[in-house]
Amino acid sequence: MAHNKETKKQELILFLSDTDEREGLLGKKNRKLLTDPLTDNNPITVQVLGICSALAITVQLKPAIVMSIAVMAVMAFSNMIISALRNLIPSRIRIIVQLVVVAALVIIVDQILRAYAYDVSKELSVFVGLIITNCIVMGRLEAFALGHGVYKSFLDGIGNAAGYAFILILVAFFRELLGAGKLLGYQIIPDSFYEFGYTNNGLMLLSPMALITVGLIIWVQRSRSRSLIEQN
Amino acid sequence: MDLINLAVRSIFIENMVFAYFLGMCSYLAVSKSVKTAVGLGAAVVFVLGITVPINWLLDTYLLKPGALAQWMGPEYADIDLSFLSFIMFIAVIASMVQLVEMVVERFAPALYGALGIFLPLIAVNCAILGGSLFMQQKDFSNIGESAVYGIGSGFGFFLAILAIAAIREKISYSNVPAPLRGLGITFIITGLMALGFMSFMGIEI
Repeated sequence: MAHNKETKKQELILFLSDTDEREGLLGKKNRKLLTDPLTDNNPITVQVLGICSALAITVQLKPAIVMSIAVMAVMAFSNMIISALRNLIPSRIRIIVQLVVVAALVIIVDQILRAYAYDVSKELSVFVGLIITNCIVMGRLEAFALGHGVYKSFLDGIGNAAGYAFILILVAFFRELLGAGKLLGYQIIPDSFYEFGYTNNGLMLLSPMALITVGLIIWVQRSRSRSLIEQN
Repeated sequence: MDLINLAVRSIFIENMVFAYFLGMCSYLAVSKSVKTAVGLGAAVVFVLGITVPINWLLDTYLLKPGALAQWMGPEYADIDLSFLSFIMFIAVIASMVQLVEMVVERFAPALYGALGIFLPLIAVNCAILGGSLFMQQKDFSNIGESAVYGIGSGFGFFLAILAIAAIREKISYSNVPAPLRGLGITFIITGLMALGFMSFMGIEI
């Protein structure tokens, strides 16, 4: 009986973290899951995932932050749920299963936003719903959660969402600062600048500049870490 | 005339890629050659043209506040199922994509091989779900309008991906700064194209 209990425990450990080795909750490998997506494995600039619903809401900082939190919640929990179910889902119908799980989570997030932050939810309009098809969620589910333990998947979800949030907030920061002279709705650029003839660049508020800003971020990142440069 | 106006709006002014950044992932990933871009673009037009009207029917007769009262009797008038719309729309889209995948595999195996993993990814192409969600927001009055909107947005995506694929094929001959190669320059070109498309703003036919 004792033996049986021991194997059960072993199975549980495998189920949760998919490696035998004992590791602290935030051991080296686990920490890597959190920090890698911020820089060298960034979901937006390197993996090219999740650009879809990201850029349209970066006109101002506040919706970008709310969106990042929403995506983080959805990613962490969907990664956990799919990872917990990974041995039960037949691979033929896995996409539908994943979509249903993600859609259910997004509905919850949407309802919460409507209840507690109605004006932001109006601003985000359809883009909350579009978290469902945000490639970053599906991409991580396919690439990570289906093959790893529950806790690792949770960390991976948080890490990738943080990488996504980092770019989102960076873009929103520049667009709001240069486009409207404000951050989070407060005026940053002093009136004296305007008296000298400084004007806000209205182009920053329009969609093309979001793309160009991301392009420039990629340029900076790749010239700093040359290993990411593509061949053609 | 309204329908033509709607089509022009959805193709040029409210272009899925350039105005709303929808479908960006597949737009960036599949735009390396014109041939695959055409395949993906056609698939998107087809799927959008089918799913938007179907989702319009679902929305009008099932999900809208009071929609059930139209055919189940007045006692259902205050039922609002619109919180279910995400899950309903995505279910319709996922099953339609499965269908398209089967059809393409059967009738155009070469195209199926070329598109590879990107066909199933249409299910998670934001442009498709975005089309349905915008349809819900715009409150179209009949199914014809929603069909025109769906096909129009599909063509908008088609146009965008075709153009960027052609540009990327040519740009391999030019001397792009190394860190910008690939993804970076594609973003910047897309931004410039979006600037160009902004000139359509305000056109009324």
